[in-house]
Amino acid sequence: MPWNLLKYGLAPKYPARRDIPAPRDLKKSYDVIIIGAGGHGLSTAYHLARYHAINNVAVLDKGYVGGGNTARNTAVIRSNYISPEAVAFYKASVEMFKNLSNELGYNQMYSQRGQLTLAHSDASVRTFALRAEVNKHLGVRSEIVDRQQIREIVPCLNMDENMRFPIQAGLWHRDGSTARHDAVAWGYAMRAAQMGVEIHQHTEVTGIQVNAGRVVAVQTDRGTVKCNHAVQAVAGMSSVVAKMAGIRLPVRSFPLQAMVTHPVKPFLDPLVSSSDLHAYISQTARGEIVIGGGSDPYELYSTRSTLDLKESLVANTLELFPCIAELKLLRQWAGITDMTPDYSPVMGTSPVKNYWLDAGWGTWGFKATPISGKCMAETLANEKAVELIQPFRLERFKTFTLSNEAGATAASH
Amino acid sequence: MKIMKCPLNGPRNISEFICFGEVSKMPCPKKVSDDEWADFIWMSNNSAGVVQEWWCHSATAYWFIAERNTVTDEILKTYPASDVFTERIDF
Repeated sequence: MPWNLLKYGLAPKYPARRDIPAPRDLKKSYDVIIIGAGGHGLSTAYHLARYHAINNVAVLDKGYVGGGNTARNTAVIRSNYISPEAVAFYKASVEMFKNLSNELGYNQMYSQRGQLTLAHSDASVRTFALRAEVNKHLGVRSEIVDRQQIREIVPCLNMDENMRFPIQAGLWHRDGSTARHDAVAWGYAMRAAQMGVEIHQHTEVTGIQVNAGRVVAVQTDRGTVKCNHAVQAVAGMSSVVAKMAGIRLPVRSFPLQAMVTHPVKPFLDPLVSSSDLHAYISQTARGEIVIGGGSDPYELYSTRSTLDLKESLVANTLELFPCIAELKLLRQWAGITDMTPDYSPVMGTSPVKNYWLDAGWGTWGFKATPISGKCMAETLANEKAVELIQPFRLERFKTFTLSNEAGATAASH
Repeated sequence: MKIMKCPLNGPRNISEFICFGEVSKMPCPKKVSDDEWADFIWMSNNSAGVVQEWWCHSATAYWFIAERNTVTDEILKTYPASDVFTERIDF
């Protein structure tokens, strides 16, 4: 039996399935070079090839597909933001996620379970009331729920009135959902590659040649490649890559630490978060409890974990769910969040004419993967930023027209 | 717990300190152009490497300068602000 299995495994008749073709040499030039093979970069490549007939595209990454912050987020999908421009943008993304498995023919494990954000202070209740009204006005399902309703939505939540920060109310967002982050990246990668997009992993961009305000070529550790357009989609390294093109960004990079427990039977259906306790908790399809927190207190490019942040995150989580105190932590990690002053992304045009930005994704990047790819592709094809991303343009910092977004859960405000 | 050496209080837990970002020179508000001012207000070097930063020991409200590697999280040096700023700056 083992020999047969080995024979079967090594037989050339049954080759392993490759989601993307084997690596090959870089061409001399491409229409579009996308820096970063994470969800956003691959989604952009997919939309360029599928909807704009632009398939002379290379996606370059110093690591591997979806191995950066695409693999380090907590896979929350929601659209209950507070500024009308952000609500419209993320709502479009949630709509795309609903149909993504069909679109890509790749199971995204999308599951709409609803998302409950908890308020422990009068100030939070007021903000939530505003958020609920803005959301309803724009067709997003959000409502304020009282303590009794919270008990019904999440029976295992600690509703004690004598705890440090008793739960006062919640923002219940029925559209809230989750999906498998690897499937998002690989789904886009596979379909983009089938349409001719080249995905070059382990290809580090080392410089960007700019001449007379235009990108001419991108230098990599495997040679220099010419291009008509270049896009950066490098969450966690936005400032470093933009600097190669001579662009300064309003971005500061902080680690954000998260962890999962060992798997247990399903007991927590909705995604729960608390903006006062800076924690968000959900149970994955395989039963692990995912716990994410706020960003670290100071800027850093290292994804190391720290005991003090993990401790405070666990303490806050146990205040909400004392029932998981006996669970053991299975894995812990950190991602790098590119925080912007107004908690909105930086998308579209840059001071370099054919260099396009998809940056500043802080703690809100994963949920925007489909829509940002769609918008970036359309923007590139028309060489003009589409209306949906206009509020997120870099120029807003020159004209003092910021898009203040206070609905980013883990954000420190 | 990570330890930072405060020039005034000696080695203390990092949680007692607040980081206030890279040391940068403020352009003169009366002479500067709008674009340069916006750049000073919003943009950040966000350097990956050794940076010079303002830190404050919150318990004693003592401000000082630290040199830190933002890739390795190593604190290389801490010193009083008077080492860098030898003259009074008026706003």
